[in-house]
Amino acid sequence: MYVRYLEEASRVSGSGHRSEPTRGAALTRRQFLELTTLAGSGLTLGVLLPGCGSAGPGGGTAAGPAAPLEMPFLRIAPDNTVTVIAKHLEAGQGVWTGLPAIVAEELDASWQQMRVESAPAKAPLYQNNAFVPLGVHAQFTGGSTAIANSWQQLRTAGATARAMLVAAAAQQWGVPTAEVTVSEGVVAHAPSGRKASLGELAGSAAQQPVPANVTLKEPGSFRIIGREKLPRLDARAKSTGTQQYAIDVRLPGMMTAVIARPPRFGGKVKSFDAAKAKAVAGVVDVVEIPRGVAVVARDMWSAKKGREALSVDWDESGAEKRGTTQLMKEYRALARGKQALTVAQAGDADGALTHAVHRVRGEFEFPYLAHAPMEPLTAVCSLGPDKCEIWAGCQMQTPDQAAAAAITGLKPEQVFIYTLAAGGTFGRRATPDSDFVSEVTSIAKATGGKYPVRLIWTREDDITGGRYRPLNYHRVEAGIGKDGKVAWRQRIVGQSIVIGTAFEAVLVKNGIDPNAVGGNAAEEYDLDHVHVSWNAPKVGVPVLWWRSVENTHTAYSKEVIIDELAQAAGEDPVAFRLKLLGKHPRHVGALKLVAEKAGWDQPFPKEKGRGRGVAVHESFGTVVAQVAEVTVKGDSITVDRVVCAVDCGIAVTPDVVKAQMQSAIAFGLSAALLGKITLTDGHVDQTNFHQYQVLRLPDMPRAVEVYIVPSSNPPSGVGEPGTPPIAPAVANAVRAATGVRLHTLPFDLAAARRANA
Amino acid sequence: MSIKLTVNGESRELDVDPDMPLLWAIRDHLELSGTKFGCGMALCGACTVHIDGQPTRSCVTPVSAVAGKSVTTIEGLATPAGQAVQKAWIALDVPQCGYCQSGQIMSAAALLGANPQPSDADIDAAMSGNICRCGTYVRIRAAIHEAAAALGAPKPAGS
Repeated sequence: MYVRYLEEASRVSGSGHRSEPTRGAALTRRQFLELTTLAGSGLTLGVLLPGCGSAGPGGGTAAGPAAPLEMPFLRIAPDNTVTVIAKHLEAGQGVWTGLPAIVAEELDASWQQMRVESAPAKAPLYQNNAFVPLGVHAQFTGGSTAIANSWQQLRTAGATARAMLVAAAAQQWGVPTAEVTVSEGVVAHAPSGRKASLGELAGSAAQQPVPANVTLKEPGSFRIIGREKLPRLDARAKSTGTQQYAIDVRLPGMMTAVIARPPRFGGKVKSFDAAKAKAVAGVVDVVEIPRGVAVVARDMWSAKKGREALSVDWDESGAEKRGTTQLMKEYRALARGKQALTVAQAGDADGALTHAVHRVRGEFEFPYLAHAPMEPLTAVCSLGPDKCEIWAGCQMQTPDQAAAAAITGLKPEQVFIYTLAAGGTFGRRATPDSDFVSEVTSIAKATGGKYPVRLIWTREDDITGGRYRPLNYHRVEAGIGKDGKVAWRQRIVGQSIVIGTAFEAVLVKNGIDPNAVGGNAAEEYDLDHVHVSWNAPKVGVPVLWWRSVENTHTAYSKEVIIDELAQAAGEDPVAFRLKLLGKHPRHVGALKLVAEKAGWDQPFPKEKGRGRGVAVHESFGTVVAQVAEVTVKGDSITVDRVVCAVDCGIAVTPDVVKAQMQSAIAFGLSAALLGKITLTDGHVDQTNFHQYQVLRLPDMPRAVEVYIVPSSNPPSGVGEPGTPPIAPAVANAVRAATGVRLHTLPFDLAAARRANA
Repeated sequence: MSIKLTVNGESRELDVDPDMPLLWAIRDHLELSGTKFGCGMALCGACTVHIDGQPTRSCVTPVSAVAGKSVTTIEGLATPAGQAVQKAWIALDVPQCGYCQSGQIMSAAALLGANPQPSDADIDAAMSGNICRCGTYVRIRAAIHEAAAALGAPKPAGS
């Protein structure tokens, strides 16, 4: 039953309609899971499942047996649907459209027959290939890698299936394979006039040998990849309220839980009194788990009321009790000290700065930020003696599977994760300790698996729950020498995201966490004299990857200071950047395209309070340049227009790329104009959207124009790279309009005027 | 205490705590999951339903307050404005994660039901209570204009 639920919940179709569950010879998810053997650490292309190709009794059409062609990444059913098995989480970024597009292209399927469903949790079969070179064989979605790491894998899978369909047709029709064509989902032999659908041939194709090598298309002959408007496979379900998320899962006898967590980070349960909570109608259990005390009830309302009635005594001896004002004071002091890890060094930054003819400096402050996805963290767990089933919008299936196994004492292969669409993530569902998955599993264990349990975080749990974009302080000094050479010295102070987690061994080199300091000026500009260093304070506030990670702050100080330097030298901001990008041709391409589309060479209207600014930044292998136009009235900033150019290699689904740029611009503007998590004495000050403000529709620029740099390079990611440039582009526009330098986020123009004075 | 109301045109009876927000009654007891929980404080609009035609945040509306009233959720949205909105949403590929979109669509349908040709300022005012963290706002604006155009367009001959 649970399996059927998953199939229905996660399947969406190319025509936008929910498809009928496959019947007959099609495997259930569970059978698929059990049958699919690990295929080593290779990419497992075109591996057939044993016993899947045989004709069922009474099956068979003129074209062969009515049976599916089952492969790890796709299934062609007799009903002529092609279902792509998506190993990546769909959280809005469009992988349920992009991954099927890659398969459909090489398969020569028609878009209308494409469907998609989530893969089971199974590494290395469904591992993220982007991290294999680092020795990581884990299934997860992150780092804007979904399309890039699937590119060769899914093209090969599609081409392999196509070759087997062609071989099956040639065999049945007694014609040479070279004369068989496939187009828009129709296999044809022109000389004899014979035709068959992919579905009609699937059963026969499954009996063909898997070709060792297949020829992939030349990009010039793509007809689905790069199509300007390829309808999203999930648009209909998401416009009719029928898309199923973890919060929508209903299982027989299922209970709902909320957790009382420590009021300060690092606190622990000392004792609790459940009497009043248990007296609330509907509450069935109150149990202690490692992260707090869970109240389990018949429905969400009863669980919430039960938690309000619960009395917990917390041990706060190990809790973080500092506030953000104090932390920032400590960060500033650290930045003044000599002790720091060197991140990048070239030439003589100190000497060159001493003799610089133009010099600018800045101290930058970035707050903690919550991800606040619209679907609060939710997971469902059904625990049996030899099996643990989890339904969630999982971003890290392999670590989540391992965490649930450790908690339950089961083997990882006894943990079944059904990945559902997530109501946003922005990094929040990728937690090294699998937080919400661990919590729901702990509750299921503590309640003895006597009922399936659904854990829901309230919005207050989410906003006060930590795992924020780290608080950061940067001190930057930059200058231009008589010889025209640029010198740059920067200190970054901010918590490490990965040190102390399982990711440390993989990502940290020489003590440097790239997720704290990457994307700095030394990486992005040709600088003759540069010194970048880092302090990693130990703070008890948990931090996490947040859409575009370190680039949210490193791109900001870089692009604001470079702009101020251009101004100090009396040079045009675009021309000045271009001079420093000799070794970065893709930055140049994006910058020139955005300048052209924004009309940068035309004088900007000299109206009071109006200004425009530019920024360019590479992250996750994608370069994005943006021009922002603003109007400042009093201390209020309105962003009127944003022009964006993106170089992401081949744009697999251009309209999704554009949607991701629009989305990233909104996300970055939210942080620039509004976002701030503060703490007082270790308590988070904000609890819900009235205090943790996010961008709303009236604040969205009226015009957001996105242009894609033509490219024949393999695709790179688009989920995150649109975020970093927008805040500095807007800051540079505000400075052009008002002369005020914005170095503290979120923007507070009145405070900045005072600081600049 | 049993509470009688009409949901998507059907008479329903709820035997729940009268203080229970309509949102949780709809989701947990009537098993209609299209209406979403986002904040619980009427701050984000994900839970928007129509009560006697008016867009309402169900997360702060006690179920006792809707006794005898008519509730429409995304599952029962069938007004011409609602259908035009949904059609435009799909045509423009508005949704990303999709989680807030039921609420966005209910707000947009109510707007167009009351004001078939809204200005940008009207749209700003009607939609400012609905948060989308994916930032689909550019397309939401465009889809509302497209739905308005479809509603205002002359009917094809013969219809």
